[in-house]
Amino acid sequence: MPDNPDKSGPARVGDPNIGKPISEDELASISRSLEQRLDRKLELREAQERPRPDNTGMAAALRMSTDFVAAILVGAAIGFGIDKLVGTAPWGMIFFLMLGFCAGVLNVLRTAGRISDPHGKKPGPAVPAGDDEDED
Amino acid sequence: MANDPIHQFQISKIFPFELNGYDLSFTNSSLFMVATVCAATGFLYWATAGSKLVPGRAQSVAEMSYEFVANTLRDAAGNSGMKFFPLVFSLFMFVLFANLFGMFPYFFTVTSHIIVTFALAMLVIGTVVIYGFWKHGLKFLGLFVPEGVPGVLMPLVVMIEVISFLSRPISLSVRLFANMLAGHITLKVFAGFVASLGAMGAVGIGGAILPLAMTVALTGLEFLVAFLQAYVFAVLTCMYLNDALHPGH
Repeated sequence: MPDNPDKSGPARVGDPNIGKPISEDELASISRSLEQRLDRKLELREAQERPRPDNTGMAAALRMSTDFVAAILVGAAIGFGIDKLVGTAPWGMIFFLMLGFCAGVLNVLRTAGRISDPHGKKPGPAVPAGDDEDED
Repeated sequence: MANDPIHQFQISKIFPFELNGYDLSFTNSSLFMVATVCAATGFLYWATAGSKLVPGRAQSVAEMSYEFVANTLRDAAGNSGMKFFPLVFSLFMFVLFANLFGMFPYFFTVTSHIIVTFALAMLVIGTVVIYGFWKHGLKFLGLFVPEGVPGVLMPLVVMIEVISFLSRPISLSVRLFANMLAGHITLKVFAGFVASLGAMGAVGIGGAILPLAMTVALTGLEFLVAFLQAYVFAVLTCMYLNDALHPGH
């Protein structure tokens, strides 16, 4: 056991303190140092576990770029389809292209947020569930 | 032309076959899909045939791939997601082997055709939608209705969410397809520089060292991309399946 620089316990007089009863002070200091060591180990383990190899930077970059573009394409396609069906020449395209842009930004934000929040919760302002909403 | 970087993606019929006006020929693409499935299945069977308590090299690789996918799925979708493990594992192995097959010279890269990756993505999204509706009924539509949105904005937000959902199969398929296509074209273009510069005499051979070094580096990068894309495909599959399992969060 390493020598503890504690307040001169009566049991820490000589080297052969094996047979002697351990004082309360020493017990406390031992348990404290043990706890500290445990905490350090726990922290180390958590630090090792936290940055899971879930998202390398490259994978995240590839995901975000396509997420963004795909949403715009879908928006444009929907707008084009509605224009073709209903005949509202440019307006459907304009409207849904903008919505597609919004969805693209949402996709990117969600992808970026997932990295820090692995629980699959939607990131964003933590609004508690509205009470007046229809809860299913 | 030997240096044509697009030539490698050409589909050629091996056994022409037509049914009711539909072209159902067995092409080189089909051949490599069959080869991919056979190689993946064969490898896993071979690696786990004489399974020991202390695994050898092959068994270790097989077990690692199993645990890798299982952990990914468990992280993303929880323990209840494990019922989709066969789907996710098959998808991962198929994409991985198809990508790695593409790294052999003169081999055909199945995943560099968007129709293949789109079919895989539709399989995933189809599973999500069908399972979601079957398990949760109309509650599955709650996926598109975020909590705590004021009523005025609701239609707009729901439309955005629907577009975001519809963009998933597209981004899923385009990502894999574009990465494989672009990587193979880049590789071929740089390799083509080596050949055409080398034909220009002593100076050309000196200059050809640069694209040669680039080709070597790109080959390494392509192996990384081949694995990374298979991984990304599997991870996103897990995330989308999570939406089907827990649509309300």
